[in-house]
Amino acid sequence: MNTLKNAFRDIAQYPSAVIGLVIILLLVIFAVYAVVTIPYNEAIRLWRGGEAVWGDYPRNAAPVWTNWFSAKKLPETIIMTTDDEQVKKEIQTVGSNQEVIMHYVFDYQYDDFPQELIIFFTSQYDVKQPHITMKWITPDGRELRMSQMSVRRSDQYRFELDDRLRRRIKDMTITQGLFAQPDVLPPTVLKGKYELQISALLFEPNAEVDAKLVIYGKVHGLAGTDHIRRDLMVAMLWGAPIALAFGILAALGTSVLSMIIAAVGSWFGGAVDEVIQRITEVNLVLPVLPILIMIGTLYSRSIWVILGAVVALSIFSSSIKTFRAIFLQIKEAPYIEAARSYGAGNLRIIFNYLIPRLIPVLIPGFVIGIPSYVFLEASLAVLGLGDPVLPTWGKVINDAQAQGALFNGHYYWVLQPAVLLMITGLAFSMLGFALDRIFNPRLRGV
Amino acid sequence: MPEKTLLRVEDLKLYFRATRGVVQAVDGVNFTLNPNEAMVIIGESGCGKSSMAKALLRLLPRNVDTYSGKVYLNSTELMSMSDEEYRQQIRWLKISMVPQAAMNALNPVLRVGDQVAEPMMVHHGVRKEEALVQAANMFQRVGVPVDFLTRYPFELSGGMRQRAAIAMALVTAPDLVILDEPTSALDVLTQANIMNLLKRIKKEIATSFILITHDIATSSELADRVGVMYAGQMVELSDAYRFFTAPLHPYSQKLMASVPKLRSTVEPEFITGQPPSLIKPPSGCRFAARCPLRFEKCDQDPPMFQHPDGRQVKCWLYEKEARS
Amino acid sequence: MTAQDAVVQQETLSGADALNNAPLLSIQNLRVWFELRRFGFGHAGYVKAVDDVSFDLQQGEAVAVVGESGCGKSSLMKTILGLNRPTQGDVVFQGKYRISQMDAKTLRWYRRQVGYVQQDPYGALPPFMNVQRILEEPMIVAGISDRKERLERIHKVLTEVKMTPVEEFLPKFPHMISGGQQQRVVIARAMILEPKLLVADEPVSMLDASVRVEILKLLRGLQESHNLGVIYITHDLSTVRYFSERIFVMYAGQIVEKSPVDDLLHEAKHPYTHALLAATSDPDARNAETFKEVPPGEPPSLVKPPTGCRFHPRCPHIIRGECDVNVPPEFEVGPDHTAACWLYK
Repeated sequence: MNTLKNAFRDIAQYPSAVIGLVIILLLVIFAVYAVVTIPYNEAIRLWRGGEAVWGDYPRNAAPVWTNWFSAKKLPETIIMTTDDEQVKKEIQTVGSNQEVIMHYVFDYQYDDFPQELIIFFTSQYDVKQPHITMKWITPDGRELRMSQMSVRRSDQYRFELDDRLRRRIKDMTITQGLFAQPDVLPPTVLKGKYELQISALLFEPNAEVDAKLVIYGKVHGLAGTDHIRRDLMVAMLWGAPIALAFGILAALGTSVLSMIIAAVGSWFGGAVDEVIQRITEVNLVLPVLPILIMIGTLYSRSIWVILGAVVALSIFSSSIKTFRAIFLQIKEAPYIEAARSYGAGNLRIIFNYLIPRLIPVLIPGFVIGIPSYVFLEASLAVLGLGDPVLPTWGKVINDAQAQGALFNGHYYWVLQPAVLLMITGLAFSMLGFALDRIFNPRLRGV
Repeated sequence: MPEKTLLRVEDLKLYFRATRGVVQAVDGVNFTLNPNEAMVIIGESGCGKSSMAKALLRLLPRNVDTYSGKVYLNSTELMSMSDEEYRQQIRWLKISMVPQAAMNALNPVLRVGDQVAEPMMVHHGVRKEEALVQAANMFQRVGVPVDFLTRYPFELSGGMRQRAAIAMALVTAPDLVILDEPTSALDVLTQANIMNLLKRIKKEIATSFILITHDIATSSELADRVGVMYAGQMVELSDAYRFFTAPLHPYSQKLMASVPKLRSTVEPEFITGQPPSLIKPPSGCRFAARCPLRFEKCDQDPPMFQHPDGRQVKCWLYEKEARS
Repeated sequence: MTAQDAVVQQETLSGADALNNAPLLSIQNLRVWFELRRFGFGHAGYVKAVDDVSFDLQQGEAVAVVGESGCGKSSLMKTILGLNRPTQGDVVFQGKYRISQMDAKTLRWYRRQVGYVQQDPYGALPPFMNVQRILEEPMIVAGISDRKERLERIHKVLTEVKMTPVEEFLPKFPHMISGGQQQRVVIARAMILEPKLLVADEPVSMLDASVRVEILKLLRGLQESHNLGVIYITHDLSTVRYFSERIFVMYAGQIVEKSPVDDLLHEAKHPYTHALLAATSDPDARNAETFKEVPPGEPPSLVKPPTGCRFHPRCPHIIRGECDVNVPPEFEVGPDHTAACWLYK
């Protein structure tokens, strides 16, 4: 349509609109990327979490890019298994038993200590469990002997819980002690090549043992992780399509329905109009958020239910009064009278003659309204009434707040979703207000 | 002894910036007006006559591209004044206006009497009670019952509102009143009444009038002089008698011929085509495309020729007479 | 039977009726009163917009209805168009269809028999539709579903209103064409369903002087070639002579004079008509020196009109005791010429 092409040309004249449009496009690309790379079911599964999914991820790790801004480089997670080339596995026979010696060698150059270290053992045996002896070798040649243990088929060894190390390392945590320069306080990292040596004694000919060393870092990924080790990128990515979908659907549904109701009321007048006006006035007084909270608490928190409730509560809003005022004016236009004179029916007049005149008003209003709905969904989530299974930005803020993120210095946890929400709101607002300026002079001229 | 000119307009230009380009609404207009004289400016929609009223009163919108020329009121040159000077010294003090459709002149939420009194209060520093007395006098003069002073515009009929607007324009006794289509929204009888009123006022007060209209019949009711505008330019300037008897410019002739006359049996004609766009006006004579008397020279824009009998015509057909 | 067939059948019926010489339109003692409500519920009287109007219009005849604003001509027009219902009296079409008794279906059919040309050419066209769509709408509503036929009719009608080449105009939107062209589209739209009667409400008052006559001539041409009945509503007396055979003068909801157009200038009888004639000027420099004789005052309120003859408060020839008490009937004052004035008893 001509008007659409002209509209794009006009939008180009407003820098704020162009910026808004670009950001929205980026968000859409972001959202599409999210849905394509992590399909819906996968996203739900990931977000539900659990050790099987996120076991190797650190807890409350900051995003990797925070390292660019700090002089002190925080460590990333180091995972080593016997499949890695830096890990050497030797098998020796000692009498009737086998001894497996694994050397985990790595170069540690970070300025800060890891969060924790865990060794995950997997073994196979019939009756007798393999017996493990381990020692930790620092770059400056010190050896720290660790407790010995027998491993089950699936087992974990946490350095922090090792009594032997506990007695050996004083004045600091075990994790720090493993990496610290000796006799230096406050604890400072000793950089260099480290080795973990694991000797496993196997008592059965078919027995096997394998170990995975995970040195949990303090930074991870583009968005960091949360308290249950979930990569926040999942939520940052998936938050986009959810926010966009909710915002756009709610705003669109509300605008279109409001417009139709206003058209019907103003065209038929009389009792119909009166009823609609009274419903609107009552609805204006109703507090939306508390009602949504009630619905969320007592009925269901599913995002579709909330979406439906939001639209239902927002249809009879002040925009009906605005639209009605415009329709009452349009109704008097000579071409409406002409339409009646050649026999056009009420429905045809409403949909083909009245409503098209309102579209230029509708579009900016709809775009400007999108942020409110996005924020509404986020607010509900922050209050703990978000959809229970979906990863949304509001939900992340909710988790962060419940876990005292700001007290603990995990600013990224709150800032990331907040900034994304803000950008989304800003983009639609800028575009919407520019559209308003573009479309409205035309309205006045008609 | 030559009369002292009240108003002299030289090369007045007013161009607007629109999305499609620059609209040359008033494109180099020249004319003069004497004291106690009524001049009528005739033209059709889009010829620039309303823009000229705005140009004279300096009621400019924000998208002005060019506003130039010289306007002499008595001996004061108006274009060189600052906006503030103009507002304080000229607008509504020396020149006032009755806009198209008095609905535009009157503020719907203020009483009519207050509105008519306001120019006195603003420009002559008169106190409200005194100003209202003058407003009442003016009401009597224009034929509005004095008790209407306390009424709101919506309580007045169209004719009454127009009279109130005229009162508002006259209350400061300006030298010049510009009326922009003062009667086009009114009924025939009311129109006649308003024109009667204007005729009477012209006899009683020594004010000059510029009446801008597309209604040629009405224009003859008040005109001492006639100016015809086409596509932003003045194409003919003449005294009323000669104009209504035998206009010179082909456009004026066709325009007069297109007016249906109640008391004549000649069937009216029409002019085919449309006026040119004011955004990129043609380089030659702007009426050439629709003119039945066009010839080769019309590819150039003619100047305003001085006809021997005092009239001015912007048409190559009168070149010879002008030189002689 | 499709809607189109029904329309055709109706139209053949009416063709037969035309042979019976019934007038195309017969207005019989028509009253159109609008109820005034106070505070939404209380009854506060009636606006007697049309108060006992009667006349006949033949097929092929053009009549001008002249009056000032508030005289009721708009309400009369809307009732003839089928947009208002008569309060009393009737509008009879082709001798058999009474508007007051039409059911919804017949009313829809009737509305298509009357074409409506409005005053404001730009407001009369939906700004978001192009010319083709504007002209298709009445046909779609009338049930003409064949796209080809619609296009054919559009071509025919645009050629008749001299908007050629047709293809150039079809995709244009109203703001892209001039006022005169817009009005041609309005006329085309009024003609597209092949009506029998055309009602034109001030069809040229918002157009430039140089274009007016062209449009009026166009309407005259259409009337002659299609043998239409035309009701031409205007306040401009100087145009009626060229475009209608008879003139009705309306004042305060009533017709005060019916005259053949040729008699208008010199044989006008009603004082109000005289006032209108005196107030209508032709371009003449001597006008500036003479004052017009205009009756003082304003048209009366239609809620409480004056008793007796409604013009009596302003009439210079008032007969006290008669004009202010009794409503004058229509007196014959010449061939086909009546005036509702006690001076002609």
